[in-house]
Parts: sequence; C-alpha cells; structure tokens
Amino acid sequence: MSTQNPSTRLFGLMFPGAFWLIVFFFLPITLILGISFMTKGGSGSPEFPLTVENYSRVFGEEYLTLFGRSLWISLLSTILTVIIAFPVTIWIVRLPKKWRDLAVFLVMIPFWTNFLLRTYALRFMLLNEGPVMRAINGVWVDSLGFEDPIELLFTQFSVMLGLVYGNLPFMILPLYASLEKFDWTLLEAASDLGANVMNSFMRVMLPLTAPGVIAGSILVFVPAIGNYVTVELMGGGKSQMIGRTIAQQFSTANHWPFGAALSLMMMIVVTAAALIYFRVGRGEKVR
Amino acid sequence: MAQPQADFAVELRDVVKQFGDVAAVDHVSMAIRQKEFFSMLGPSGCGKTTCLRMIAGFEQPTKGDLRINGLSMGNVPAFQRNVNTVFQSYALFPHLTVAQNVGFGLEMKRVATDEIKRRVKEALELVRLPQLADRHPKQMSGGQQQRVALARALVNRPQVLLLDEPLGALDLKLRKEMQIELKNLQTQVGITFIYVTHDQEEALTMSDRICVMSRGKALQIGSPLEIYERPNCRFVADFIGETNFLDGKVMRIDGEFAEIEVAGRKFVGRVGEGARVGDNATMSIRPEKMLLVDKPTPGALNTYETRVASIAYVGSDTRVIVRLGDIQLDVWEQNSQSTLDPSYFFKPGEAAWLTFKPENALVIKD
Ligand SMILES: Nc1ncnc2c1ncn2[C@@H]1O[C@H](COP(=O)(O)OP(=O)(O)OP(=O)(O)O)[C@@H](O)[C@H]1O
Ligand SMILES: [Mg+2]
Repeated sequence: MSTQNPSTRLFGLMFPGAFWLIVFFFLPITLILGISFMTKGGSGSPEFPLTVENYSRVFGEEYLTLFGRSLWISLLSTILTVIIAFPVTIWIVRLPKKWRDLAVFLVMIPFWTNFLLRTYALRFMLLNEGPVMRAINGVWVDSLGFEDPIELLFTQFSVMLGLVYGNLPFMILPLYASLEKFDWTLLEAASDLGANVMNSFMRVMLPLTAPGVIAGSILVFVPAIGNYVTVELMGGGKSQMIGRTIAQQFSTANHWPFGAALSLMMMIVVTAAALIYFRVGRGEKVR
Repeated sequence: MAQPQADFAVELRDVVKQFGDVAAVDHVSMAIRQKEFFSMLGPSGCGKTTCLRMIAGFEQPTKGDLRINGLSMGNVPAFQRNVNTVFQSYALFPHLTVAQNVGFGLEMKRVATDEIKRRVKEALELVRLPQLADRHPKQMSGGQQQRVALARALVNRPQVLLLDEPLGALDLKLRKEMQIELKNLQTQVGITFIYVTHDQEEALTMSDRICVMSRGKALQIGSPLEIYERPNCRFVADFIGETNFLDGKVMRIDGEFAEIEVAGRKFVGRVGEGARVGDNATMSIRPEKMLLVDKPTPGALNTYETRVASIAYVGSDTRVIVRLGDIQLDVWEQNSQSTLDPSYFFKPGEAAWLTFKPENALVIKD
C-alpha cells in the first residue's frame, strides 16, 4: 500500500465517481450533441450529412417564443407553489408534535402513487363528464342560469393547476426543514420593534428560510420546464411547452436531430436560470 | 416622543389570563409609575412572563383592563405599542449585523437613513459596544449579545422597556456588573423599566418598587424596604431574604403590637395587616434581628433561654442555630469585633439567652 504513488491513489479515489459521470452523463450528452448536428433520415433515425440547420430552427422566432413561454409558465408555477407552500408549511410546523408528523407523512404520500395516475385523477376531477364538474355545472347552468357550462380542463388554468399540484410536496419538504429550525420569538421581536405582519415576513422569516425556498424552487422549476406529462394530459394540445415539443420530436414527429438540438438548448437555459437564481438568492441573504 | 404623560406608565386593572383551565395571571392589579424601575419577582411559573407579554401585546388578557400611558390597549397590536422588550433569549436577528439589528425598529418607523445611522451609533455607545457594529450576533459573547438586545430596544426611545430576566444567561460576576450598569442606564435615559426576575437580591438592589408574585397573584407591591421589613403575608416574608416563623395564636393586640402564643411561650411583635385577636398567625423574625447574650436584661420582652445547636462562622457573621424547646431558630450574630479568641463565640451545647425587640418582629395573619 505504502508504495502507491499519490496520483494512483487519487485515480483510485476518483474512479467510481468519474466512471459514473462518464457513462451516465458525458456519453449520453455527447451522443445527443452529435445527433443534434445530423439530418433526419427517412425512418426518423439520424443520418449524415452533418448540418447546423436544426440549430437555425431552434433560434428561429417560433421556438424562441416557445422557450420564453415555457420559462414564464415554469416561473409562474414556481411562484404559485411558494405562495401556497408557505402558509401550509407554517401551519404544519406549528401543529402539536404528533399531528405535525402525521401532516408531513400526508404530504409525502403522493410520492408513493404513480405521477401519471395522479395526473389522470386530477384530470378526471376537471373533466366535464366527471362527477365533480357535472355537479358544479349543474349549479352553474341549472340553478344560476348561466348559458355556457364552465370548462376547466384543457386550459392554461388546468396546466397550471397540474404543475402546482404535482410539485407542491417538493416545495413543502425543503421549506419544512428550514421552518422547523426557525426561532419564532424572532417574529415577536420584529413585531415588538414595530414590524407589521408583512415586514416581519419579508425582513425576518423569508431571509432566514431562504435556503429552503431556494432548494424547493429549484426542485419545482427545473422539472416544470421539462414537464410534458402534465402539459399533455391537462393541456390537451391547447398549451404547448418545450418539454412536450421535445417529446413529440422523438415520437410522433420522428425528428431526433431536432429534438436533440432542442434538448441541449433546454439544458443550457435551465442551468443558466438555476445559476442566476442561486446567485440572486445568495445575494439576498448576505445583503 | 413628547406625549402628554399619564400618572402611570402602565396599569393593570384586575387582569386575568387564562390558558385553558390554568389562570396564569389571576386578578392582578398594579400601577407602574413614570420612570420607575419596577420589578416583578416570584418563583418559576408564577406568571411574570405572562404579565410582561400582555403588556408587550403578545398575549391578550382574558379579563381586565390594561393601560399604557393611560390609554386602554384593548386590541392594539404589539407593533403599534410604544413599548420595547429585551427578551430572555435576546432574540437577535441572526442574519443581520449588530448595527442592522439595532436599526431595525427605526427602519420600521421609516426614520431617515442618516438619523438611523446616528442613533444606532449613539445607542451602541450607550451600551459600550461601538466597535462591534459590523459583527453578526453569533460572533459575540452572551454579555455582548445582551447589550445589543438592550441597545436595539432603547434606540427606539420607548416609553416603557420590558426586560424578561435579561441577565439570566450570564455568569454571576457579569451579572453583578450588568445590574449596576442597567440601573445607571435607566437613570440616565429616564425610561420606565419593568423588570422580571426570580432573583430576590437582584430585585432588591435595582428596583424602586417590587411586585412579589405567586401562583398568578400579585401578593405585595412596595419598595424594597417595605417588602423586606413589612411583608404582608407569610409567602413574601419567606421568599424575600431569610426568616424564622413562629406559628401560634394572637392573644392580645395593643396599638401597634400584638402578643402571640407559641407552644406556651409568649412573644410580642409588630402587628401585621389584618391580624386579629384569636386568629392563627405566625411571627416572622429575621435572623439578623435577634441577639444572643450571656445574661438576660431583667424584665425584657421576648427573652428566652435557649441551647446552641450548631454554629457556622461565615466571616462577616456567625450563623447560630439555637433550640427553644421544640423550636429551632436561625440567629446571625454580626462579627463586629476582630478577634481570634475562641471564647468570644458560643459553642454547641452551651446555654444562650435569645432576645429581640418587638419592633423587629412581625405578626402575620395566616
Ligand atoms: N402559552 C401557554 N400555554 C399554556 N400555559 C402557559 C402558556 N404560557 C404560560 N403558561 C403557564 O402559565 C403559568 C405562568 O407562566 P409564566 O411563563 O408567566 O411564568 P414565569 O413566572 O415567567 O416563570 P419563569 O420564572 O419560569 O419564567 C405557568 O404555569 C405556565 O405553564
Ligand atoms: Mg418567565
């Protein structure tokens, strides 16, 4: 052992991690990168010659708009998730010990149910032929006398609802970890010093729970951008997001090279967004 | 803050605070004067913190009226009350520097930035910490954090400062230092201090007046002298300082004095509040107010032959335990002579005549 030189030792230590990264990260990325410069073949599988045409399409107006839209929808869903998760988590943290554990357990239960199944369930709730909407529309049309029944499914609203619903636990759990450590007398101190509820939250609670908010936001924002199941099932083609477009390129449109180019773009955009967010979040904290 | 001043800075009128079935504060009335150093003193769980929290606005009284500067506080929320609190745990904001902590209250009141800077600097000089303005609370000692908490409250120039055992976390030496400092500071800034403590010595040395509390009730409110020399009940006599109790029955009351019979012996002391002939009562006599002598003065009251059970020399005085029949009494003899002569002191087993003046003992109704 003692005869081993330092660089062999280092190699030995790094090998498992490096192996993992190479096989499961660099190789696929390189593959995608390669494919993104190829041409669509007759059967959809990539073929030579190499071309930059896929990228000129990505940077065209249509797809840049789509990126912008996807970013905006993901951002909005993240903000909504934070706004909903905060009061819920505060409520959970303030429960007596035994109820608190139960509440956290209930938050985690959805993880054990298939995401697809849950989304279908939600879809069924919003379906006009389903029992819930039929009851609501019964009141709306028959009792209140409105002419058109309410349609919730396949709208912007239903997509947003699906995203927020699906992602809420990923926000609540990190937030819970932060809020559990929060010293509540600090809020009393703030109000003692003349801070109203808003100021107490913005100046004391939010900065001190920022790590949880940041972690939760990343966990919610990143999957939201790439999401296509929710967009597909809840939007039904009425709401397009980049994740769904990519999925279509690899399936129905059968255009792998263009799908690959879009994927890479998305990766870059998400990474950039996350980095900027971390920066801003950290900056907030130090002030 | 030039406000018209009411007679009292804070008034509690028959205030009750109920937590479920427990009355944490049970029909308490007190009136705290302007610029007074007022202490609430009592054992753990007697409701001191609850009183303070109601004044601060963190709790609402279940019943009764609470007034600050003459105005009924009804539903006035904490952030609109002109009082500030120094928390026992200090509750400094860990993400802000010392200067930001101290400036927080002024910022909330939208004071101009220049003025905030100036007043924060002043406040930090007042608590002698100007060099630490840029530190974070975690990088400071307990005593320093305590001063920051004080500065953070004082900088707002509140009408009343509430302090909940602010020295509780400090070691004895620092505690004594801070006691003197706090008292000086209070005189200097001229703000009403309401100070919660369970340390009777602390309360006695610092306060203008003390409220002794037990089980949610305010038993006695008075100056340290009154509280110590004229306790109005057994609990107060027992809680403040050391004392001996002689339980018996009031036989006779003659003007200011009452005679009490204890196990066949008669003692005479000042008559306390509410004691009547025939009542069961107790005589409280403090150990430093009794004398042990070799020979009795003929005809003197309250003079009995006792036997010395034990002695302990503690420097400034000698603490003797004597037996009078079944009764044990603590007697502290001041060592006013500088002597090495052992015959100066009583020895266990010796006879000694115990005597005390009637005006130094108090007959308290049970
Ligand atoms: N939020 C609450 N819920 C239920 N009971 C409470 C609450 N706050 C205080 N109490 C009870 O009220 C009583 C008085 O409490 P309080 O904190 O005022 O005592 P304290 O005199 O400050 O005691 P200490 O010297 O230990 O701080 C106690 O019996 C306590 O258990
Ligand atoms: Mg307390």
